[in-house]
Amino acid sequence: MSEHISESYDLELRNVRNALMEMGGVVEQQVRSACHAFVAHDAELAGLVRVADQRVNQLELEIDDQCVQIIARRQPAATDLRTLVAAMKASTDLERVGDEADRIAKMASGLAGAEPPLDQYGDVRRLSTDVIKMLSASLDALARQDAEQAAAIKQADSAVDAGYDAILREQLAAMQEHPHNIEQRLSIIWAARSLERIGDHAKNIGEYVVYLVEGEDVRHQKLRGG
Amino acid sequence: MLQTPIADAAQICLRVRGLTVAYAEEPALQGISLDIPRHQVTAFIGPSGCGKTTLLRSFNRMNELIEDARTEGVIELEGCNIFQAGVDPAQLRRQVGMVFQRPNPFPKSIYDNVAYGLRIQSSSSRAANLDQEVESALRRAALWDEVADRLDAPALTLSGGQQQRLVIARAIAVKPAVLLLDEPASALDPISTLKIEQLIHQLKSNYTIIIVTHNMQQAARVSDFTAFLNAGRLVEYGPAEAVFTNPKERQTEDYITGRRG
Repeated sequence: MSEHISESYDLELRNVRNALMEMGGVVEQQVRSACHAFVAHDAELAGLVRVADQRVNQLELEIDDQCVQIIARRQPAATDLRTLVAAMKASTDLERVGDEADRIAKMASGLAGAEPPLDQYGDVRRLSTDVIKMLSASLDALARQDAEQAAAIKQADSAVDAGYDAILREQLAAMQEHPHNIEQRLSIIWAARSLERIGDHAKNIGEYVVYLVEGEDVRHQKLRGG
Repeated sequence: MLQTPIADAAQICLRVRGLTVAYAEEPALQGISLDIPRHQVTAFIGPSGCGKTTLLRSFNRMNELIEDARTEGVIELEGCNIFQAGVDPAQLRRQVGMVFQRPNPFPKSIYDNVAYGLRIQSSSSRAANLDQEVESALRRAALWDEVADRLDAPALTLSGGQQQRLVIARAIAVKPAVLLLDEPASALDPISTLKIEQLIHQLKSNYTIIIVTHNMQQAARVSDFTAFLNAGRLVEYGPAEAVFTNPKERQTEDYITGRRG
């Protein structure tokens, strides 16, 4: 895309993109740390996740404000307009990803001192790996404005949903069998639920990238054959 | 190449095919083909000198008033070629009215401005209804309430925005099919501009409206269809919502987003 005749307009749009990239980076790290804190019962790391959430909230406000200013003063059209709409929507989703990471971190703090389960949270680890991959891919697609990569994220979401369902079923069955350990098993369910939601947000971000690049709104469409 | 966003041929008011206009040997428009839908607002946008005003002036053969202007191609108004022998340009211009950038009321009263065209073409039955016709045109131009008590006042005592609406009333008094607006609000303040835009919105249920504007936001606000011209060629033509959010052509994108092309 060539440059605007107005250099300050280019700068303003670049600032929005930079803030969004920073937000994505902070949130991605939050999710990684929260997952690690959860499986390792690491209260200190969990505390860092919670501190980072303040920066995420601040970035959400900054991005919204910058976008509103540009809309009011520049009357953006075409790609510029779609960039701003996508940035505002993506920042909302990223902020919610931050909230889910915060939730996982809170549970990690609660688990500190307890013995990890025998399977060392094998299912949660697998689910978190898949979800973090999805989130990274969506942020990558956003940074490179890659609609093809963004569209592929939708496929990954089905696997994450299935992973969550499997954890839920397994933990419910285990609760019935060993009712003494319900608190820890509930934590696993809540963490898996948060991860599944993070996957949904990553999918949303992928959809905004498709809109940004191709101008097509692909939300609420079923996968082909799905 | 024909560009038409209009699926239903019955909706077409003006059909342009292979329109080429040159001033002296300087080409102003090259091979324009497009369809203008009836009772909709179509906007022509593009940089200065792109040919949008020339295209607008082709619809009522105003270019013929320019020495050395040469026109090729076909424009059909409701199926009839406006360039064919036997078409009277004066008659055509009553069917295809025009409003210019600067309001140009005659130095006469408000009433006489609107009645002017009616008197020229009047049969006796029409003259009898002159008061009614003047009032009706002023009402349709959203000016009646502001001038009803001073119809005999000189038109030039009106504000610029009122003058422009008076000129629109004068144009629609003779019941044209098409209204051509050449930068109709560029000399007006923002409030008068919004009044003109609101008027355009009201008028489109009775007239086919074509507007040339340098103001892209205005084109985005008022038009149903938007055509982007550049260097005498039609680059892109489509529904306004598509052109302003997701243009197909890179040239259009660069122009409407203010990028160096």
